[in-house]
Amino acid sequence: MLGAAIIVFREVLEAALIIGIIAAATRGLPRRGMWIGSGILLGVGGACVVAALTGFIANLASGMGQEVFNAGVLCVAVAMLAWHNIWMAAHGRELASMARQTGQAVSSGAEPITVLLVVISMAVLREGSEVALFLYGIFAQGGVSAMGMLMGGLLGLAAGVVLGATLYAGLLRIPMRWFFGVTSALILFLAAGMAGQAARLLIQAGYLPALADPLWDSSAWIGQDSVLGSVLHALAGYDAQPTGMHVLVYWVTAILILIGMLREARRPVAA
Amino acid sequence: MFRLLCAALAMCAAAQAFADQDVSLVIENHRFVPAELRVAAGQKIRIVVDNRDATPEEFESQKLRAEKVIPGKSKGVVMVGPLKPGQYSFYGEFNEKTAQGVLIAE
Repeated sequence: MLGAAIIVFREVLEAALIIGIIAAATRGLPRRGMWIGSGILLGVGGACVVAALTGFIANLASGMGQEVFNAGVLCVAVAMLAWHNIWMAAHGRELASMARQTGQAVSSGAEPITVLLVVISMAVLREGSEVALFLYGIFAQGGVSAMGMLMGGLLGLAAGVVLGATLYAGLLRIPMRWFFGVTSALILFLAAGMAGQAARLLIQAGYLPALADPLWDSSAWIGQDSVLGSVLHALAGYDAQPTGMHVLVYWVTAILILIGMLREARRPVAA
Repeated sequence: MFRLLCAALAMCAAAQAFADQDVSLVIENHRFVPAELRVAAGQKIRIVVDNRDATPEEFESQKLRAEKVIPGKSKGVVMVGPLKPGQYSFYGEFNEKTAQGVLIAE
């Protein structure tokens, strides 16, 4: 049962942290609860479809379909996060001051919040499809232990939700002055981390060269499977033994998004 | 920019060269058979994992940097290497207690 809890927790962790950050970052945007909820539901639905099609997807791209598919899902999420951050750089200040003045939702929040719906559904879809497969395996096996395993799975899911909620609550305590800066930085590293993961998958599939393998090995300090390692992996794309290409893609993504943000922030605010 | 893109594409095409060595691995009763794989170091290895169980399994290895779900009653391909000589442990994440194996590059 504990084993099942840990497996599900490990899969849910990343999606839960992403949702926590996005829920905080969209603070003040109208009807965000509905958008986030729809994102999660779409993700769960998509996860079930992907789980059911695993065999089919795996056989695409000469057996590398799973890697290519997951890399694609990650790239879509990276693009959406980049878009959000650049948009926020242009409009964050007005949003912050309006939220401070009224303490209410900003009715003119024109951001296509749909981009974040896509990010959430992609995160849930990717992590959820593995949970769905794992749970399916439990049911297929049946037997006495299935119930215990299922309880374990639910426990893992609950633990993940608690962690995401804790992150969200913690972020909300950040003073308004710093708030958008902090959430933008978190999203920047989230996006860079996802781009790095996509690169890792494409290297695994043989589409990208590794360059240096590994560039460094920090597994003695922070193990990839340790709690700290898992959280850092989910938040900032930590990898104990990254390849050169992984690190390159990570920083190129981070720098490109940062350049976009700085350009928008400098532009005089249009009325 | 265009030239950069072309160079990148050419690199990708070159990198997608096929594996130097194929090895096969069977999953049965949540165990890897054989539990010990021997391969040549310094080569690209293509591991064909044949999951004969009815349940899905996730082939995972931090050291090999591999993570792949293989549905029940089907085959999956995991690309690894080129590897330095040494031992690389792998396991099945969905049945970690029994599904343990090691790949030895020499």
